[in-house]
Amino acid sequence: MSSTWFTVGQLADIPRLGAKVVHWQGTPIAIFRTQTDEVFALEDHCPHKQGPLSQGIVHDRKVTCPLHGWVIALDKGTAMAPDEGCTPGYSVRVTDGVIEIEMKHLDALPPTATA
Amino acid sequence: MIRPRLIVIGNGMAGMRTVEELLKLKPDLYDITVFGDEPYTNYNRIMLSPVLAKEQTIPDIILNDENWYAEHGITLHKGVRVERIERKKCEVITRDGQAHPYDRVLIATGSRAFIPPLPGADLPGVVGFRSIADVDTMLAVCREGGHAVVIGGGLLGLEAAAGLVSHGMNVTVLHRNGNVMDRQLDGVAGRILEKTLEDRGISIRLNAHTASLHGTGRVESVRLKDGTELQADLVVMAAGIRPNIDVALNSRIYCENGIVVDDTLQTYDPKIYAVGECVQHRKECYGLVAPLFEQAKVCANHLALYGIAKYTGSMTSTKLKVTGVDVFSAGEIQAKPYHEEMVLADAARGVYKKVILNNNMIEGAVMVGDTMDGAWYFQLMRDKTDVTALRDHLLFGQAHVGNSGHGAKARVASLPDSAEICGCNGVCKGDVVKAIKEHKLFTLDEVRARTKASASCGSCTGLVEDLLASTLGGDYSAAPSVKPMCGCTDATHDEVRTGIIRHELKTIRTVFDQFSWKTEDGCAKCRPALNYYLLCAWPDTYQDDAQSRFINERVHANIQKDGTYSVIPRIWGGVTSPSELKAMAEVAERYAIPTVKFTGGQRLDLLGVKKEQLPHVWRDLSAAGFVSGHGYGKALRTVKTCVGKEWCRFGTQDSTALGIRLEKLTWGSWMPHKFKIAVSGCPRNCAEATVKDLGVVCVDSGFELHVGGNAGIKVRVTDFLCKVATEDEVVEYTQAFIQMYREEAHYLDRTAPWIERVGLPYIQRRLIEDSAGRKALAARFIHSQQFSQTDPWTERAEGKDAHEFAEPLVLA
Ligand code: SRM
Ligand SMILES: Cc1cc2nc3c(=O)[nH]c(=O)nc-3n(C[C@H](O)[C@H](O)[C@H](O)COP(=O)(O)OP(=O)(O)OC[C@H]3O[C@@H](n4cnc5c(N)ncnc54)[C@H](O)[C@@H]3O)c2cc1C
Ligand code: SF4
Ligand code: FES
Repeated sequence: MSSTWFTVGQLADIPRLGAKVVHWQGTPIAIFRTQTDEVFALEDHCPHKQGPLSQGIVHDRKVTCPLHGWVIALDKGTAMAPDEGCTPGYSVRVTDGVIEIEMKHLDALPPTATA
Repeated sequence: MIRPRLIVIGNGMAGMRTVEELLKLKPDLYDITVFGDEPYTNYNRIMLSPVLAKEQTIPDIILNDENWYAEHGITLHKGVRVERIERKKCEVITRDGQAHPYDRVLIATGSRAFIPPLPGADLPGVVGFRSIADVDTMLAVCREGGHAVVIGGGLLGLEAAAGLVSHGMNVTVLHRNGNVMDRQLDGVAGRILEKTLEDRGISIRLNAHTASLHGTGRVESVRLKDGTELQADLVVMAAGIRPNIDVALNSRIYCENGIVVDDTLQTYDPKIYAVGECVQHRKECYGLVAPLFEQAKVCANHLALYGIAKYTGSMTSTKLKVTGVDVFSAGEIQAKPYHEEMVLADAARGVYKKVILNNNMIEGAVMVGDTMDGAWYFQLMRDKTDVTALRDHLLFGQAHVGNSGHGAKARVASLPDSAEICGCNGVCKGDVVKAIKEHKLFTLDEVRARTKASASCGSCTGLVEDLLASTLGGDYSAAPSVKPMCGCTDATHDEVRTGIIRHELKTIRTVFDQFSWKTEDGCAKCRPALNYYLLCAWPDTYQDDAQSRFINERVHANIQKDGTYSVIPRIWGGVTSPSELKAMAEVAERYAIPTVKFTGGQRLDLLGVKKEQLPHVWRDLSAAGFVSGHGYGKALRTVKTCVGKEWCRFGTQDSTALGIRLEKLTWGSWMPHKFKIAVSGCPRNCAEATVKDLGVVCVDSGFELHVGGNAGIKVRVTDFLCKVATEDEVVEYTQAFIQMYREEAHYLDRTAPWIERVGLPYIQRRLIEDSAGRKALAARFIHSQQFSQTDPWTERAEGKDAHEFAEPLVLA
């Protein structure tokens, strides 16, 4: 299985406790920046009703979905109790202020299936 | 249609209350079956005491009759006991071996009287005090001159004793400890109560330990450890209750003292919920209805699949239901070293009141003989109110504090039925009592909803609670107390608001530090609130924190379920023109906006706009003279007007122009929640001014101002504030009222709940009686408006926050 690291922009493009969206093969991916400059990437769909997590409020390593207030852990993509569900995540790294995201090519399979 | 099956085990107070709450939310969601091992429909167990005392009859205390079950399509199996749940097969098994399949189960099996393992405890004539059957057994034995022994001098024991004595029985209460009701009363209070009960012919033996019961064929006597022998035709065991957990245990559901549930009332099996006395929640088992009803509400919310309510435990208070004997107790009963105690004892009148304070907050109250103020103390205690200002009068009661509005001599129980309880809504004592009885009301909210008593200014709340207590005899639940802002802090909204001013906190981070926030960045509840509080406190210098705003306010448009946005331009006072309409039409066509809709607020909504299109749409709208309508904000929404005297044959003033003037003054202002205004040209009130946060109703001689209306989730008609003569006064009052709401309400409180909390008289005092204060409020509003009346759409069309609206990058 091969993978590619894509550059998605500068860390400074995203406000602290904010997010930006990139698309990969039609799938929106939300890239979050925490207060301490950690960066996480999740598919931009809430496990509840597909709400755009990128538009939520970020706090600690979590995001609160804008539609009905589920709270999703940024590092694992899992919903916090009492809710249940999970959103696929992607690996990201920041080098010299540049954010990169890893996309796996499991040949014919879409990226969400590998996460 | 096949519906999921809900099986309820236990046809008692908590179980049926949960079903009632569920039917309110989702009447058709489940196919409901109820099993109850008593041969009756659901009844009010609390009222068994008055039934025993022959003050009420069985039909009086039935809560839901057969028709009710039939009407709601509920299958009721009376007199059928459930043995266990086959959890793997999802079947409930009854004692006669029948299997009933389920999708969800609610266990509400209550508790039973604890029968101490004494020799002879199984003799006929020995009963608990729990059910209609127990009362029937007691009544069958009752006769003038007969002998009864009650084991246990707690609440139930004393109520049983009082009931039996009223039939002419000789009753002895045996109590293990040094004073009766020792879990609720201190020694002094216990002594007064003992004396009152002895005056009624009940003999009480303290520190009495039962050794055995004797009799041939049925009970005849009770022997104590000290050798005393007491004659007994009837022995009532009131030595405590035990949760009924056998069904749960047989089904291998995790139990400790009770069935263990989480904050959603779910057991360890996610298909099985439990409520009532059979459950153990956060280590507590409850034995009063108020907490059980709170549980019922939360459980129903989850059964209805809303999944948003949480039960976090209850604070309880106790009243003894023996006619003519007043006892109230809540919280701590003995002062600890760090407590301060205030006591009023009037042995001659048989009155004793003790209030326990910690740091000027009430942590406990014990009252005998005069319990009028029990509800008031309980409220102060739950709200953690600082009582420094009330101290001098605290023990003399609410009437002395000048807050009840009904004079010191009001003794609610002795008031005639025609006495007015609620001045705002003209509700008399008789109306309230009748509603409580006829509609089986248990809570303050229910009485408010039915009768409107206490639904407006709230100053009669204490009286209504006392009426509930005296009519119902038992407990009742009131609104939850003041809580911390959210899980990130112990500080309340008020503490934070005052702290921001007092310590001159200017950023969210300094608030976190000052109040030792438990999370790094707060959460989606507290951050928007803090951002607003800071903005309101420092309008000229505070740097708005976009990341602490809910998405709608962050991007100045409403997010829709598909992730697109809606755009509602301001239509001043609901008046538009052909050129404005043309401009809107062109924008809608140019950007292929899928839906154009008239809103409920007299304006047009463009729905389905993509985020990256927003600045372009705004640029074009702004070129045509439109500004944001703030349909997305905790801010001024619409000012709804009617045509008024310009056109209407009934119009008394120019309501349209006045509405536009008010909207021009108030738009752009951030508030604790959304704020809606309306101006009607005459009392026919076509602009529906009396369900707005602020409503103006024009009359010939001037303008009536109404506040605190709400037409949303819970409809509330406005309170009449005052009448003024000129438009300028309308403006000043509007500005002052808005500013007071901005400065004092909790974030996400609309004006309606805010006014219910602080009371209309308070608002009137500040706005009407204190004219200097009113002018100062208005001036602060005008000052802050300088900084908020920049159109956010134009700014963003010109490039502000461009990162929000950028086309997403496509990776390839
Ligand atoms: C568009 C509109 C419905 C319509 O098609 O007519 C509307 C749409 C929404 N309303 Fe409303 N309300 C609209 C008029 C009303 C009215 C009628 C009125 O204002 O005369 C009411 C009852 C009056 C009142 O507020 O007392 C109303 C009571 C609510 C409530 C309940 C508020 C309450 O305090 O009980 C909510 C929920 C909330 O705010 O938390 C709500 C929330 C919403 C939200 C914001 C739900 C949400 O969070 O996404 C909807 C946004 C849809 C959107 O993106 O446009 N909407 N909403 C109306 C916009 C009016 C406008 O021109 O700005
Ligand atoms: C005399 C008396 C006075 C009271 N006074 C007050 C008061 O003043 N204030 C107050 O707040 N509270 C008072 N209480 C307490 C109050 O009545 C209870 O808290 C309340 O009834 C508990 O509700 P529940 O639904 O949990 O249990 P219950 O109302 O007891 O209902 C449980 C039902 O389940 C049935 N059941 C049990 N096991 C099974 C099974 N396996 N199969 C089928 N059915 C089963 C039981 O027979 C019962 O009908 C009083 C109680 C009594 C007895
Ligand atoms: S009533 Fe209001 S909140 Fe509910 S669906 Fe309609 S617009 Fe949305
Ligand atoms: S879609 Fe995210 S909470 Fe509902």
